[in-house]
Amino acid sequence: MSMLEIKGLSVHYGMIHAVKDLSMQVNAGEIVALIGANGAGKSTLLKTISGLLPKTSGSITTLEQDITHSSPVKIVGLGVIHVPEGRRVFSGLSVLENLQMGAYSKKDKSAIKESLAEVFAHFPILQERLSQDAATLSGGEQQMLAIGRALMAKPKLLLLDEPSMGLAPILVKEIFSIITSIHESGTTVLLVEQNARMALSIADRGYVMETGRLVLQGTGKELAESAQVQKVYLGG
Amino acid sequence: MTQFLQQIVNGLSIGSIYALIALGYTMVYGIIKLINFAHGDIYMVGAFVGFICISTFKMSVLSAILCAMVFCALLGVAVERLAYKPLRNPTKAGLFATALVMGFILIYLVAKATLELDNLWAGVIALVLSLALGFFVYFTITPKGNPNRIAALITAIGVSFFLEYAMMAIMGPNNRSYPATLGGTATLAGVQITFAQILIFIITLALMLILTFIVQKTKIGRAMRAVSTDADAAALMGVNVDRTISITFAIGSSLAGAAGVLVGIYYNTLNPLMGMTYGLKAFIAAVFGGIGIIPGAMLGGFAIGITETMVAGYWSSLFKDAIVYIILIVILILKPSGLLGKNVREKV
Ligand SMILES: Nc1ncnc2c1ncn2[C@@H]1O[C@H](COP(=O)(O)OP(=O)(O)OP(=O)(O)O)[C@@H](O)[C@H]1O
Ligand SMILES: [Mg+2]
Repeated sequence: MSMLEIKGLSVHYGMIHAVKDLSMQVNAGEIVALIGANGAGKSTLLKTISGLLPKTSGSITTLEQDITHSSPVKIVGLGVIHVPEGRRVFSGLSVLENLQMGAYSKKDKSAIKESLAEVFAHFPILQERLSQDAATLSGGEQQMLAIGRALMAKPKLLLLDEPSMGLAPILVKEIFSIITSIHESGTTVLLVEQNARMALSIADRGYVMETGRLVLQGTGKELAESAQVQKVYLGG
Repeated sequence: MTQFLQQIVNGLSIGSIYALIALGYTMVYGIIKLINFAHGDIYMVGAFVGFICISTFKMSVLSAILCAMVFCALLGVAVERLAYKPLRNPTKAGLFATALVMGFILIYLVAKATLELDNLWAGVIALVLSLALGFFVYFTITPKGNPNRIAALITAIGVSFFLEYAMMAIMGPNNRSYPATLGGTATLAGVQITFAQILIFIITLALMLILTFIVQKTKIGRAMRAVSTDADAAALMGVNVDRTISITFAIGSSLAGAAGVLVGIYYNTLNPLMGMTYGLKAFIAAVFGGIGIIPGAMLGGFAIGITETMVAGYWSSLFKDAIVYIILIVILILKPSGLLGKNVREKV
């Protein structure tokens, strides 16, 4: 079954054509990597999926539901959860309050408690920082909070925008292993990354995006071995 | 000493009113970064609603306050929906409609007041000019994703004029007096406290406690704080951002409504332009405490109230406004973000 299906999608910022006639698919249970240079339109694509940006044309469906013209509230309600680029944790709110914001669309108190326990299992550090202002966390901790906050919404499809950005190599490894374990516990993942090597190594499939278009696709292994990807994204 | 305490009591009374109005300025600024110039006029409308409740419908003071709060909450939401929201998510049709409706009402009222025309002619002139304005806006302004702060500010000033002229049209431009509802004075260690002052303290304190509880402890309060730090990220959590903004307007406006009735009871007099003076003072109070910061507005309101009464009591009431401005300027030089403001250091 397809978790996400995009057909002929175009997105404009005024005159700038940021996503051009793009079609892609993410199957339930997959982890799919989307790689591409700065300004390729990766973040634009994710913001469009989650309903933050209007579409010029094309359609988006998740689990057979058309979400092309849906509001972010509705899309979150369907289980499509977006961890935006640059973490965007709520400063002025404590770590706990940030996590509670993640469960904003949820009503069941005991289910929220369970999700909280799951988040602490993935990110024990957050439990030690519960009452701390999120703005005072380190970059790595903020990234963990951003992912943890998304998990509070019980995502069916998790959209991750450059989770490794600006992190030390050891933290990058940790974040990627957490993404793998989130995926293994049953969440479908669409992973946008600059770190092509890491992303392709954990992905089932991947797409390469250049100036608003998809130019290559294949399994993670195929892409990692393709000459074009090696030359442009893997520095070899 | 007695005089000093007396000034403190008087200062806290008027400061309570400034603080209640300042809260609305600060909450709206916090969530959409708009200085809502119409907020002082919402407070004025609250004073009139209370006046009508007490003098015409013979309601008790408490139910009049409640009525004014509900009325102002609805009015605040209506202003936000009709005037500010179209600028936030602008579409050409929305801008046209806003310019047409706002323009018509405003030009109609101004034409009637200044040119002494009858209804028909004022209406015709207003219709022609507002249509022209609507088309001008339609063809010159291209809506972008990015809302224009200046456009929003000018709209707010327009709404402010609109509320003032509308109230003049309905109630006439003259001063009105509240019927004396709360006579009586208590004397405590030589300091006189009127029952009206006691009422002001109790109501203000209660409203501030309720507000603090809502903002700090409830789900909607958390959403309000989240939207004010990052509206897009809040939307990604499933927060209905527009609805949260409306609720913020409703709460801020209801506090202004309560303040309106309280000032009517305290000073017994009201007129359609009262929103300007009090609104400005309350705005200064909000900036003084750090605009966008709720405890800052409370502190700022009390500080300005006490400063005013002290200057008036020990020196001359001629200087009280000047001193308030001087203090504001000094604060802004020493600490531009206000008394409780954090010096903003953006994390990259
Ligand atoms: N708000 C905006 N207004 C106008 N143009 C924008 C806006 N946001 C992005 N763009 C443009 O759209 C294009 C795609 O940007 P986008 O942020 O989606 O790229 P990206 O692939 O995520 O890049 P990066 O890897 O640097 O995050 C760029 O040319 C960018 O300049
Ligand atoms: Mg990006």
